[in-house]
Amino acid sequence: MATIQPLAENEQHPDVALVERVRAGDVSAYDELVRKYDRQVFRIAQHITQNREDAEDVMQDAFLKAYEKLDQFQGNSKFYTWLVRIAVNESLMRLRKRRTGKMVSIDEDVATEDGSVPRDLADWAPDPEQNYTQSELQKILEKTIKGLPPGFRVVFELRDVQGLSTEDTAEALGLSVPAVKSRLLRARLQLRERLSRYFKRKSTRSAAKSTASDGRKG
Amino acid sequence: MTCTEFLALLDDMIDDAATSMRADLKEHLSTCEHCEVTLNTTRKTIQIYRSHQLYEMPSSLRERLHAAIMARCKKGC
Repeated sequence: MATIQPLAENEQHPDVALVERVRAGDVSAYDELVRKYDRQVFRIAQHITQNREDAEDVMQDAFLKAYEKLDQFQGNSKFYTWLVRIAVNESLMRLRKRRTGKMVSIDEDVATEDGSVPRDLADWAPDPEQNYTQSELQKILEKTIKGLPPGFRVVFELRDVQGLSTEDTAEALGLSVPAVKSRLLRARLQLRERLSRYFKRKSTRSAAKSTASDGRKG
Repeated sequence: MTCTEFLALLDDMIDDAATSMRADLKEHLSTCEHCEVTLNTTRKTIQIYRSHQLYEMPSSLRERLHAAIMARCKKGC
């Protein structure tokens, strides 16, 4: 899986050279940047909008806006972090349109404590994902993450799936570092709790109970 | 150490997997099955989401969007 790799200190990020080339008029360098990050931007847009068409539009608009505004890119943040910020704002704008102007922000619904205290403490089966086909598993993972507030979904995607640092995630989302940490912990615990329904080890006792009730039905 | 104190440090344990675990955390883990399950299944949750990417773009869609973006950039947007 391609994650965004951290760089050693003083090492120049390869995107800096690409951005410089685009600024000097080399459009093909922008082509490279689009190919490098289009999948990630699309996923972020999907996580926020939960709508395929909106995600397609957001992806296009975010890259076009970034191209137009490239002169405003300071270089004290990473290009990808800056791009994510644009994509998140575009996604929220789409969501607002769909909700007919209702305010939508990345801070929404964060007051929920649901699932933050582990309740389902049953251990999981070894390699539990192997009990499902690829498409079943995909549906389970989508359904599970959809149940989280948008702000949790994006923090989890950026930190745990794409591998961004806490600081870059905070910058991309316009949140404080403690806010990112708090959302990440709750996102992880809520996802774990919800996935337990599918992945927990079937105990012998419950297996026996289900056989007995099947017997009664028959 | 209580389970609540342990849970508050869950992220550090997951994020700093390379560094060795503090002795008090290790001790709590060895005596508390619930926290051990929570730590292991939370790690597994992250690993599953990492290895099964959601919302993959089919290559035809990707090429179409890519072509649209680049066409507009070449025109100066």
